[in-house]
Amino acid sequence: MAEPEPRLSVRFEAATLDYHDRRVWGDLSLEFREPSFVAILGPNGSGKTSLLRVILGLTPLSSGTVEVLGEAPRRGNAGIGYVPQHQSFDQDLPLRGRDLVQLGIDGHRWGVGRPSAADRRRVSEVIEAVEATPYADAPIGRLSGGEQQRLRIAQAIVGDPRLLLCDEPLASLDLRHQQEITELIGSWQKRIGRTVLFVTHDVNPILNLVDRVLFVVNGRWAAGTPDEVLTSERMSDLYGSHVDVMRVHGRILVVSESTGSGFELEEPHHLPEIHAGSGSGSGGDARKAR
Amino acid sequence: MDQLIHLLGYSFVQNAIAAGIVIAIVSGIVSRFVVARNMAFAVHALAELGFTGSAGAILVGVSPVIGLMAGTTITALFIGTLGVRVRERDAVVGVVMAFGLGLGVLFLTLYPHYATEAIAILFGTITGVSTSDVVLLLAIGAFTLVTLAVVYRPLTFATVDPDVAEARGVPVRGLAIVFLLIMAAAVAEAVQVVGVLLILTLLITPGASAERLTARPGRAAVYSVAIALTCVLGGILLALVTNVAVSVYVTSLSFVLYLGSRFLVGPTLLGREQRRSDLVR
Repeated sequence: MAEPEPRLSVRFEAATLDYHDRRVWGDLSLEFREPSFVAILGPNGSGKTSLLRVILGLTPLSSGTVEVLGEAPRRGNAGIGYVPQHQSFDQDLPLRGRDLVQLGIDGHRWGVGRPSAADRRRVSEVIEAVEATPYADAPIGRLSGGEQQRLRIAQAIVGDPRLLLCDEPLASLDLRHQQEITELIGSWQKRIGRTVLFVTHDVNPILNLVDRVLFVVNGRWAAGTPDEVLTSERMSDLYGSHVDVMRVHGRILVVSESTGSGFELEEPHHLPEIHAGSGSGSGGDARKAR
Repeated sequence: MDQLIHLLGYSFVQNAIAAGIVIAIVSGIVSRFVVARNMAFAVHALAELGFTGSAGAILVGVSPVIGLMAGTTITALFIGTLGVRVRERDAVVGVVMAFGLGLGVLFLTLYPHYATEAIAILFGTITGVSTSDVVLLLAIGAFTLVTLAVVYRPLTFATVDPDVAEARGVPVRGLAIVFLLIMAAAVAEAVQVVGVLLILTLLITPGASAERLTARPGRAAVYSVAIALTCVLGGILLALVTNVAVSVYVTSLSFVLYLGSRFLVGPTLLGREQRRSDLVR
C-alpha cells in the first residue's frame, strides 16, 4: 500500500513533563518521520533520557500527547529497539554475547524457553552484521567496551525495530570505538531507512549522520536541522544568556561566557521568563509550535 | 555398604532423600540468581529471620517449618518494599535482620524448655524431618520450581541487563519482589538440610562454582543443580554411615567442589568451550 507521507515515528503534541513540581520540558510539539537520524542534545539533567522513557511508555506525560509508531506509548513495544549507555558486565557472568542478543528476541517472554532454529539463525546473522562473530561466544564480561557495545546494538536491532532509541551509547568509549559504533548505527539506519533517536551530550561524533536536532535546556526546546538549531542566535535564545556556537575544523562548539566549552553548559542563573516552546521548531519535520 | 543399604529401608532416610532432591534442585537454580544479583546478604537475613519465625512457631506450638516459611516470607516482603535501590537494599536488610534476630532471642527466652527444635533449625536436621514436613517441603519445592520456570527468562533478562529489560517492558521491579519470595521459599527449604547458619553453602556455592565452569547460561544452571545434588545427597549418605551431622558434609563437599571448579576443572572446561567456538568460526 503506497503511503502518501513517510511513516510517522514519533509525534509529540503540547507535551509537558514535570518532575516533583519542576518542569523538565514543556509544550513540546514536533514529529519525526522515517527515515530520520535525530540527535537529542542538551546539558545533563535537561530531560533527554526522560524523553526516551516517555517514548518507551515507562514515564507518563504530565500533559499533552505523544504518539509512537502510530499508537499511544506502551511498555514493551516490539517496534522499538534500545541501546543503553555502556556499562560493563561482570567478568564472571555466565553469559555470551550470543545470549545477550537472544534476550533481545525473547527475553521479555515468560517461561524457560529454548531458542528456535530460526531464532538462532537470526541471532547469528545480526552478530555477523555488526561484525561481532569472532567474540560472540566468549563471556561478555571479558570483552572490551567497544565489543560489548557492538553486541548491544545487535541486541537492539535483532527484532527489526522501526525506531531505535540510543541513550548516550558512546559514553565512556574511546575515540576509535566511538567512531565504529557511530558508523554501525548510521549504516543500519541508512540501509533500512528507519528512525534513530540518539541522545548525546556531544553532537560531534555523529554530526555527519544527523539530519534533525532536538535541543532541550531549562525546560525549553528547539528543533530543526543542525544548521538551523545550532546557531549562536538560537542557542542564546534557548539558554537565555549569550552563547556562541562556533565551528572549528568541522566540529561544533557551544561556548558561553560563564563556562568552558562543549555542550555541558551549566544552567544559567536568572533566566528570563521565556514561554516554554518559544524556541520551537522552525523547519523540516519539526512542526511549528502554534 | 551393607549398613547403608539397610538404612535406606527406613522411612526417615527415604524422607530425607526425597526432600533432599527437591531442595537441591531449588537451591541449584536459585543460587545462580543469588550470585548474579549480589544477594548473599539478603539470603543470610532471610535465613536468620526464618529462625525467628520457627522459634515463634515452637513457642505457640505450630510446626517449625511453617514458622520458618512465615519468617522468610515476611522478611522478603519487607526487603522488597523498603529496599528498592541497590544501595538502600543492604541497609534495609541490616536493619530488618537486627530487629528480627532480637525477636528470635525473645522467643527463645520465653520458651520454658530447652528449645531443641529451635537449635536444630540453626544447624539443620534433614534426617529428623517428619513425614508431614516432607510433604510440606515437597509442596513448597514444587511450587517454587513452577514459579521459577514461569519467570525464568524475564528474570534472567532483568538480572543481567536491567536497563534494556525495562525498556523492553519487563516488569523489573515486580520481578525483584517475586525473586525475593522465591528466595524466601528456597531458604526455608535449604535450612532443613544445612540450617540457618550454614545456608550460604547451598544458596551461594553451587551458583558460584557453576559460573567458573561455563560461559553458557543454560549449562551453568545444569552444573549448579548437579553440584547442589552432589552436596545434599552426598552429605545425607555420608552422615548416615558416620556419626557426624549432615551439614558438616554438605559444607565440606560444596567447598571442595568450589575449589575444584575454580582451579582444576573450570579453566580446562572454559578453555575447551572457547576452542570449540574458535573451530566454528
